[in-house]
Amino acid sequence: MADTPPSLYAAREPIFPRRVTGFFRTLKWWILGLTLSVYYLLPWVRWDRGPNLPNQAVLADLEHRRFFFFWIEIWPHEFYFVAGLLIMAGLGLFLFTSALGRVWCGYTCPQTVWTDLFLLVERWVEGDRNAQIRLLKAKWDLRKVRLRVTKWLIWLAISIATGGAWVFYFTDAPTLAVNLVNLSAPAVAYFSIAILTATTFIFGGFMREQVCIYMCPWPRIQAAMMDEGTLTVGYRKWRGEPRGKHRKGARAAAAAGTATAYVETNLPEADQGTGDCIDCMACVNVCPMGIDIRDGQQMECITCALCIDACDEIMDKIGKPRGLIDYLALEDVPPPVDSPERATWAPRPIWKHILKPRTILYTAIWSAIGAGLVFALFVRSDIELTVSPVRNPTYVMQSDGSIRNIYDVRLRNKSGDDRLFHLSLTSEETLRIGLEGTNTLTVNVPANETLLQRVYVTARRNDPAASADRTDLRLWVEDLTTKTRAGSATIFNGKGE
Amino acid sequence: MSDPKDNKPVDDVTGVETTGHTWDGIEELNNPLPRWWLWCFYLTIIWGIGYVIAYPAWPMISKATPGLLGYSTRGEVARDIDTFREASAANDAALATSDLATLSQNEDLYRYAVSSGAAVFRNNCSQCHGSGAAGAKGYPNLLDDDWLWGGNHEQIAYTVRHGIRNDADDDAHYSEMPAFGEILEEGDIPVLVEYVRGLAGEEHDATLAASGEELYIDNCSACHGENGMGDRDQGAPNLTDAIWLYGGDRDSLTETITYSRFGVMPPWSPRLSEAQIQAVATYVHQLGGGEVDPAN
Repeated sequence: MADTPPSLYAAREPIFPRRVTGFFRTLKWWILGLTLSVYYLLPWVRWDRGPNLPNQAVLADLEHRRFFFFWIEIWPHEFYFVAGLLIMAGLGLFLFTSALGRVWCGYTCPQTVWTDLFLLVERWVEGDRNAQIRLLKAKWDLRKVRLRVTKWLIWLAISIATGGAWVFYFTDAPTLAVNLVNLSAPAVAYFSIAILTATTFIFGGFMREQVCIYMCPWPRIQAAMMDEGTLTVGYRKWRGEPRGKHRKGARAAAAAGTATAYVETNLPEADQGTGDCIDCMACVNVCPMGIDIRDGQQMECITCALCIDACDEIMDKIGKPRGLIDYLALEDVPPPVDSPERATWAPRPIWKHILKPRTILYTAIWSAIGAGLVFALFVRSDIELTVSPVRNPTYVMQSDGSIRNIYDVRLRNKSGDDRLFHLSLTSEETLRIGLEGTNTLTVNVPANETLLQRVYVTARRNDPAASADRTDLRLWVEDLTTKTRAGSATIFNGKGE
Repeated sequence: MSDPKDNKPVDDVTGVETTGHTWDGIEELNNPLPRWWLWCFYLTIIWGIGYVIAYPAWPMISKATPGLLGYSTRGEVARDIDTFREASAANDAALATSDLATLSQNEDLYRYAVSSGAAVFRNNCSQCHGSGAAGAKGYPNLLDDDWLWGGNHEQIAYTVRHGIRNDADDDAHYSEMPAFGEILEEGDIPVLVEYVRGLAGEEHDATLAASGEELYIDNCSACHGENGMGDRDQGAPNLTDAIWLYGGDRDSLTETITYSRFGVMPPWSPRLSEAQIQAVATYVHQLGGGEVDPAN
């Protein structure tokens, strides 16, 4: 056969995950409900910020370059908050992956969550695994068309809602909703909805595990974050092998063994020859990735833990202890059966898998950044200034021989009212401050805006600052209404003689 | 995972099917690519063909094939500029007829004038006056409070409009300092240099300077004034201040008095629109040295 090389391309094998119940399935339904509710409903939460400011709790206002999150308002120059959150998200991912493997993939990744939702619809319309397989093989009659069209229409409705929810994060949701309906919303809104509808429909309905296996970089990256102590979904090969068909009589005989933790020697005589796996394929049939967990850790496995639920159900039925497929670590392999340590061997407790230097370090860094961000959030004030000294030229000589420096000062008024800002400076030298366009030292900064003000600082001809190379000074701005102050250090350039 | 029943060559270590290719005993594993990925690749090829037809693509001798859509980045820039011009037409019309002295009361139009004036300045003025308007030797610094021909809005706009000492505009500012090297005795010039340095409060030889007063009154005061305060009607610099257009050291002053100076600025009304002139005057005025406008 070596003469005719095999195909280098593989067609997608359709996967029909069987319905399953159990602890992890229930947990995943709750997570699905929670994450989707947050995603769809969050833009509709109102938050009263008073006049001049939007009343949407979570809003990325691209037009005015503001980000609103409940009581927090982020300006563009405070983007480090977003950077910090992204770093925290990254570290959080490291932490969870090093402790619990691909728990992100299995429980909370949008691809997993929406695929789960689409699978639910599929089961509701077409029936469970066997019915779906029959339908796939069936001729295209009226019933098949009806079922398929129904399923696709529901998927499409979910997809439109998904794409639609996204755009509500970027502008006032109720206004946009009305505009979307009467076709007066901006083109970019329709465009975004169309793209996200298409990706949701295709990724959730048809691509599914292909996205995880071939498109997502995460399965490749995860290997670097896991070690042999990481808890991940696995098969207790030493307990399951050799696989053998289940014999009816064994159930009652094994009942004694279920009460205590599993020790192979507890097993009745009749089952000594074979392992606990009865090769029922329950774990394979429920797998949304179409793999066999008994082959060991695989790149395709998203650790959704549904095979644990499926296997536990079977173990209950045949009277064997649960946990043939379980969250376990690679290092948790017992000594060989004939070894004397086998009787007293027990897997490392779960907390020892989770609490290790690596996870402690990740947690420490994560918390430190989080604490830093919270601190920064509380110390920032309603008024701010940024000072950019004009360096072209560094100084200007006036006709009386005095030396003047020019500064472009950005004054930010983050409050909801117009405010009068008073500017002043402190320095060891006697420098004078002046503002362009006014004889006073006070400017009106409109509500929720940044004002660019040209500021002059002058040193008289004989002042040390006029001849020095550079002199330190600090510009102050005071909100005349609230009396709060903000300062910014800068320098004064002299002739440098 | 391959099935041994298929009779396909399988790698013993990994259990993965091989392509049957062997080099030096190393077998090539076959981990097949999904077929849809291949279709995506074909789609990109089709897209590429369409792109080549629709957009400029193949380089020819003088230019590339234009493409069916007739798109070009240069055309896009031209469209953008037209859009911008259209959008600012109303502002330009208002600005062209505005009284610059009171323009700052109209906040939006004033802001428009300053920012569009900055663009005009960078394109047309920065070559001589510098991108930061700090000037250079012979080209006045526009940031300071010293003005040869006046520094209020109207005066700046006039200077921009008509220029200085040019032949192109009859209304240009005009004055001409004689080259005193041909008029005075050779020994007189160092005396005048010391006198002028004295006027400015610079370090100077007091005895020489004292003997220069009569020379100064006879030859210089007609334009620069008896006290050396200058005369803006003639663009005659104030000699008492700290600012020197061509330098205040002895060599520069000797050169200036001996050979005179003749700084020229072109008239900008033929090249700039009235709105642009008003805008750049507004911009220059708010750079730091602008003088108070006379009350009407």
